[in-house]
Amino acid sequence: MSRRQFNQILVPTIAVVVFLLLWELLVWANGWPNYVMASPSDLWPAYVRFSGLFVEASWETLWRTVAGLGLAIIFGTLIGMIMGFSRTMRDALYPLLVGFNAIPKATVVPIMALLFVGQHDFNTVMLAFMISFFPIAVSVSIGLSTLEPEYRDILRSLGASKLTIFWKIALPKTLPEFFGALKVAVTLAFIGTNLMEIVSPHGRGLGALFDSGKTNSDYPLMFAVLIVLAALGILLFYVVVFLERIFAGWAERRET
Amino acid sequence: MTDMPQIALRNVTHAYKTDDGPLPVLRDLNIDIPEGEFCAVVGPSGCGKSTLTRLIAGLMRADEGDVILHGEMVKGPKNTVGMAFQNPVLLEWRTIMDNVLLPLEIVPTKLTKAQQRERAMSLLELVGLRGFEDKRPSELSGGMRQRASLCRAIVHKPEVLILDEPFGALDAFTREDLWQTMHNLRAEEPFTALLITHDLRESIFLADEVVVLSGRPATAQYKLKVTFEGERKLDDLYTQKATDMLSILRHQIEIAQGRVPNDNSGGEAA
Ligand SMILES: Nc1ncnc2c1ncn2[C@@H]1O[C@H](COP(=O)(O)OP(=O)(O)O)[C@@H](O)[C@H]1O
Ligand SMILES: [Mg+2]
Repeated sequence: MSRRQFNQILVPTIAVVVFLLLWELLVWANGWPNYVMASPSDLWPAYVRFSGLFVEASWETLWRTVAGLGLAIIFGTLIGMIMGFSRTMRDALYPLLVGFNAIPKATVVPIMALLFVGQHDFNTVMLAFMISFFPIAVSVSIGLSTLEPEYRDILRSLGASKLTIFWKIALPKTLPEFFGALKVAVTLAFIGTNLMEIVSPHGRGLGALFDSGKTNSDYPLMFAVLIVLAALGILLFYVVVFLERIFAGWAERRET
Repeated sequence: MTDMPQIALRNVTHAYKTDDGPLPVLRDLNIDIPEGEFCAVVGPSGCGKSTLTRLIAGLMRADEGDVILHGEMVKGPKNTVGMAFQNPVLLEWRTIMDNVLLPLEIVPTKLTKAQQRERAMSLLELVGLRGFEDKRPSELSGGMRQRASLCRAIVHKPEVLILDEPFGALDAFTREDLWQTMHNLRAEEPFTALLITHDLRESIFLADEVVVLSGRPATAQYKLKVTFEGERKLDDLYTQKATDMLSILRHQIEIAQGRVPNDNSGGEAA
C-alpha cells in the first residue's frame, strides 16, 4: 500500500473514530438521557434489533434515489443541451427553471401525494428527480454555451455535422462540469427521497424508519437511521467521484 | 484551370449585424493567392483579419463578392482546408497522436488505421514532437502544443492551410523556432497558405507576398512581394533588404492605423 492510498483510507477512518469518541464523550459529560441525545454506544442495539428493517429500508432508499438521479441525468442533460445550443431557448427556459428550483420541495410533497395517491415509489422517485435535475441542466448548458468557438470551428471547417461536433468535442469537454454538478445532484436526490419517505403516510425506506422511530420515541433508532443515511450519502458521492475519475480524469491537475 | 489562383477574393464586402446596427468589416477586398504560394496578411487589430479566414474556410458567407477556392465558389466548409489558430485548441482528453488524427475521423480517407498513424508520426517527427505522441496536451509547453496543432491542420493533406496568428501567444525564441518548423513543413507538404500575423518579421520570413489591410472596413491597402535569395535563414532578417521591406510595411501599418496620411501612389500599392 502506497503512502497515498494509506492516507486516503486511514485518515478518514481515524477522523470518523475521533468524531464518534467526541460524540460519546459529549453525551457522557453532560449526562444527557437518550431522549435528548443518543450516544454511539446506544446505536448498536438498535441496529441489532432492527437489522432486517435496516437492510430493506436502505435498499428502498437507495434504488429510488438512483432512479430519480438517473431521470435527472437524462432530463437535465436534454434541457441543458437545448439551452446550450439555442440562445432563444436559454432565454426562454432559464427563468422557468430558476423559479421551479426556488420552490421549497417540502411544499411539493403534499401536492404530489394528493396527485398520485398511493403511488409511493413513483412519488419518491419523482421528488428525487425534481430536486436534483437543476444543477445538471445548468452545468450542461453552461458547458456547451461557453465552448470556445475555435473548438467548434476546427471540426466545422472540415464539414463535420453538429452531432459529430457534439459527440467529439462538446460532450467530452463538458464532462468535468457535468460531474461537478452530479456531485451536488446526488446529495440533493438523496434528500428528495428521504423527504418523501418521511412526510408521506405509509412511506417506506430509511425516512419512514426514521419516522417510526419518532412515533415510538425510540431515539437511538432515529440516530441509528441518521448514521446509515450519512453512510449511504457518502457511498453515493464516492460512486460519482469514481465515475468522474474514469470519464473525466483527464481534467484533474497532475501533481508534479 | 491551372492559371486560376488557388485562393481568390473578388470584391468581398462584409458587415456584422450588431445591436448598434451593421458593423462593416471588409470592403471591396481583393486578394489572389496562386497555388503553392504563401501569403501573409497584416493589419491593425480588429480590422477584419479573422473574418477573412472564416470566409475562406466557409464558416460564414460574405454579404457581397466572391470567395473562390480552387476555382469553385465557397458555399460552405470544405475538407480541403486545414486551420490553426492562436489558441491551439487541442482536446485535453486525447493524446497528442489522437489529436493529430482528429481530422481523419471526419474527412474520408483511403488510409488504413496503421497508415494514418504512420502519417501522423512522420508529421510529429517533422515538427520535432517525436516521443510525445502518447502525452496529453497538458503535459506539453505552449510551443509544443502549437506544433501539434499544426500537424493536425495538415494531417489530411489539405490544399489550403489557414493560419490565424498561430504564433501570436508564443515567446520570441519559440516563435522563431516555429518559423523554421513552418519552412520544414512547406518543403515536405504541398499547400497554399494564408497566414494572419501581427509580426512583420514573421510575415517577410514566411511569406511570398505580404498584404497589408487598411483599418476597418478593411481593404487590401498594400501588397509586397517578398524575395530572398535561396533558402531563407533567420540571418536574412538582418540584411539591408529585410530592413527596407520592414520599414515599408511599418509605414503601411501606420497608414492603416490612421496615424499618418495615405501617400500610396502606383508602385506596388493595390
Ligand atoms: N460575430 C461577430 N459579430 C459582431 N461583430 C464581430 C463578430 N466577429 C467579429 N466582430 C467584430 O468585427 C471586427 C473584426 O473582427 P476580426 O475579424 O476578428 O478582427 P481581427 O482578426 O482583424 O482582429 C471587430 O471589431 C470585431 O469586434
Ligand atoms: Mg483575429
